[in-house]
Amino acid sequence: MATRNELPDSTTSRVSLTLGSSIESVDAVERTAESFAQRAGFDPDTVPNIVMAVREAAINAVLHGNAYNPEKHITVSFETNSDGLTVRICDQGVGFDFSSLPDPLAPENLLRGSGRGIFLIRAFMDEVHFRQLHPGTELTLIKHRAPANPVA
Amino acid sequence: MSMKVAIRQVDGITILDLSGRITLGEGSVTLRDSVHDVLAKGSKKILLNLAQISYIDSSGIGELVSAFTSVKNAGGELKLLNLTQKVHDLLQITKLYTVFDIWDNEASAVTAFA
Repeated sequence: MATRNELPDSTTSRVSLTLGSSIESVDAVERTAESFAQRAGFDPDTVPNIVMAVREAAINAVLHGNAYNPEKHITVSFETNSDGLTVRICDQGVGFDFSSLPDPLAPENLLRGSGRGIFLIRAFMDEVHFRQLHPGTELTLIKHRAPANPVA
Repeated sequence: MSMKVAIRQVDGITILDLSGRITLGEGSVTLRDSVHDVLAKGSKKILLNLAQISYIDSSGIGELVSAFTSVKNAGGELKLLNLTQKVHDLLQITKLYTVFDIWDNEASAVTAFA
C-alpha cells in the first residue's frame, strides 16, 4: 500500500511514495512520473523519455535492489521546481556498484538479454547520481528545463 | 495494458502481430512463450510485427534480443516489421538497429526470408 505526502507551494511541487516491491509499484511510479513530467511542462517528446528513465530506475529498485522481497519497500520522491524535475528512488537492497556495469554498446554485450536499464536512464536524463545507503541504494535522476527562448 | 499476440502464416513465414506493451513481467513473458511455441511447432522463419506496440522497456528490448538469438540458435531467422518511432529510436540508441533485420513493408519482409 502506498503512502503519499504532498507538499505543494507556489514554486515547488513534491510528492513522496512508499511502495511494496512489486511490478504494480513500478507501474504506479511510471504513472506518477508521467503526471509530474507533464505538469512540469516538458515537451511531448521529452515526457516519454523521462517516464522510461524513472520506470527503469523503479525496476532496478524492485528487481535488483529488493529482489521482490515483500518485506522491503521502495521510496520514490518527485520534485519539480524552476530548475526542472528531480526524482529520487531508494531501495533496501544490499547495494550495487554502478561503476562496474558492463557497457551494453560493446560488441560482445550487444546480444545480452539484459543490462540496458542504467544505460537508458543515463541516455534520457541530464544528471544521474548513485548513493549507497545502509542498507540500499539511492538513485537521483534530474531533468533540467530547456532554457526559455530569448524574446527578440 | 498487457501484450497480445495474434499468429498467422504467409507464404511459409510465421507472422506474430504484437500489440500493447512489451515490459518487465507479463509482456516479456508472453513474447518469450509465443516465440518458443512457434519454434517448438517447427516454424523457423518468424516475423515480429511491432506496429501496435505502444511501449517497450529495457526488459522488452532484452526479450527481443533473446528471441532473436533463440531463433538463430535453432537454425531459423527472425525479422522485425513496422517499428513505431519510439521503438525505432530505442533500437538506434542501444545499437541494436544494425543487429536486427528491420522492414517497414510486410510483403518485402516475407520475400526477404531465405
